[in-house]
Amino acid sequence: MKELKFWQAINEAMHEEFARDDSVTLSGIDAGMPGGAFSASRGLLERFGPLRVRDTPISEAAIAGLGVGAAMNGLRPIVEIMFMDFLSLALEQLAGQGAKQHFMSAGKLRVPLTVRTMCAAGRNAGPQHAGSLESWVAHIPGLKVVWPSTPGDAKGLLKAAIRDDNPVVVIESLSLWTAKGPVGGEDDIIEIGKSEVKRAGRDVTLVCVGSMVQRALAAADALSAEGIEVEVLDLRTVSPLDKDGILASVARTHRLVIAHDAAKPFGFGAEVAAIVAEEALGELDAPIRRVTAPWAPLGTAPAQELAYYPDTDGIAAAVRSLLA
Amino acid sequence: MNIGHNAAPAREQLTAQYRTMILIRRFEEQAARFVNEQKMPGSTHTCIGQEAIAAGICGALQPGDQVLTTHRPHGHFIAMGVDLKAMTAELMLKQTGINRGRCGSMHLVDPDHGVLGANGVVGGGVPLAVGAAYAAQVRGSGQVIVAFFGDGASSQGGCHEAMNLASLWKLPVIFVCENNGYAEMTPSTSHISVSNIALRAPGYGMAGAHVDGNDVLAVSQAAAEAVRRARAGEGPTLIDCETLRMRGHFEGDPERYRPEGQKSEWLARDPIARLAGVLAERFAVAADELDAIDREATAAVAEAARLADADPAATGRDILDFVYAGEAA
Repeated sequence: MKELKFWQAINEAMHEEFARDDSVTLSGIDAGMPGGAFSASRGLLERFGPLRVRDTPISEAAIAGLGVGAAMNGLRPIVEIMFMDFLSLALEQLAGQGAKQHFMSAGKLRVPLTVRTMCAAGRNAGPQHAGSLESWVAHIPGLKVVWPSTPGDAKGLLKAAIRDDNPVVVIESLSLWTAKGPVGGEDDIIEIGKSEVKRAGRDVTLVCVGSMVQRALAAADALSAEGIEVEVLDLRTVSPLDKDGILASVARTHRLVIAHDAAKPFGFGAEVAAIVAEEALGELDAPIRRVTAPWAPLGTAPAQELAYYPDTDGIAAAVRSLLA
Repeated sequence: MNIGHNAAPAREQLTAQYRTMILIRRFEEQAARFVNEQKMPGSTHTCIGQEAIAAGICGALQPGDQVLTTHRPHGHFIAMGVDLKAMTAELMLKQTGINRGRCGSMHLVDPDHGVLGANGVVGGGVPLAVGAAYAAQVRGSGQVIVAFFGDGASSQGGCHEAMNLASLWKLPVIFVCENNGYAEMTPSTSHISVSNIALRAPGYGMAGAHVDGNDVLAVSQAAAEAVRRARAGEGPTLIDCETLRMRGHFEGDPERYRPEGQKSEWLARDPIARLAGVLAERFAVAADELDAIDREATAAVAEAARLADADPAATGRDILDFVYAGEAA
């Protein structure tokens, strides 16, 4: 299987979908001529022309509205919101307008929109550039939210998002940007709404997504040396959550840890925990643990980031605490 | 409709606009009554006094063109040819409404007649219109998209962003400000920095026009030029239509903020009476003919209500339908 870096996988997914379907477009700040602020759209403008690949003003509300309105009139647009912190500027158009069109029109309108956005956690990008804000968009019925953890998942999930008839937010992690891995071919789509067991294990289910998956796998490696076998469940999709996948894993391990970079209260970990508590409490041999960022904005200094985000040791400690 | 320097407005076209305007007026009068009688629950905003804008702008459009409108949308839907009975049923929150009772007045949407939605968010439709216009440009569909909005919406950030983008990309969109004197209950002089919104057009690098929104001929002329410009790839136009909302912000609004005498002053500028005058004086249309049009409109809205009233109310059974496309509920 061909190997690509994470950003190259995103780039290849867009090239393939642009070639496959004339109605696919890309608009965003630096998305066209500069080839993307982080190179993800390199070559698209040259290959597909300035009508379909366009730089926009720094106007997130208009960018989101552009995508929703274009999707309502026959395109399958991709729009870019450079950092997910800026989703706040676009949220009315996404949440108030895009997510509800199919519902309000009783099925007459569809919004096949893809919103690519970056989570820059772990790169000293600071309080207004590096939030892990998936819950902002996960709590909106009508939107889907995916967050790939590998180049292969990035390609397959982005292609799925582009082909989906609903608005889908695709979160891309800057910390994974140059990670290399195998990627699928032109029609290898990863189904939205399905998790994947990234590592099987009998003792504890460790639920995570996106850039947390690497730390979860590292924690699982360390624990394996101690004789603890962790099942790392990569959600791949934050919303709608793969309830069946979560419950099946907990039924195998009887213990649950959830790790995410978002603050603990109202983070998706609370939802995962609630699902298990509601539907599989009897399966649990230990309390549920969440390993998350604290209830505070993020600081910029490396030491502040280290103190803020869950690390491998913290995740491993939470797992051990369930087996003590 | 071309009513520029070289062409006289055709009698048939003006008569058709009269028919649209009187239909809007009678529909709104009935809606106001039904809200009062609690037959139309939810938030309802009527557009009495503003009928010439809907008729003038939508009258300049072709099949396939699209409009996005506001929380005061009934006139635009009627001017775009909505099924009156289905719209009445929607306002009455019936299963047979255009949107199965999930939208009511303020969120109505009817893509089959080119209306991509009313909007419950002030200014919410303006960026969407720019998106629809971008799709028209990419697809080469030749469509023109209209964004109706009010003087209140003109202060929303998304509107400014959308206008800049539309002008930059020369998109086939027309921004129509129904400048009706009030943002909800606050007079325009207290919330906008200019006397009319079209003064902002040069700031976006686009064409602008300020017209008497109660004069359907003036609105039609500005609309025709804006449509021509949009279809020719010359970009957007910002039209400020000066008018007055003759009823409250919402049905039931006690209107304590209205200055004395304002409404009677504007009654003299009633867009429907003025068009009737034009038809009588310049086209020798007999009073009988206008009365017949009025009677037809009155009968049509009453018949729509009679049919809708008999329909079953929306139930809670389908609330999980259409949350996501391509999925069974």
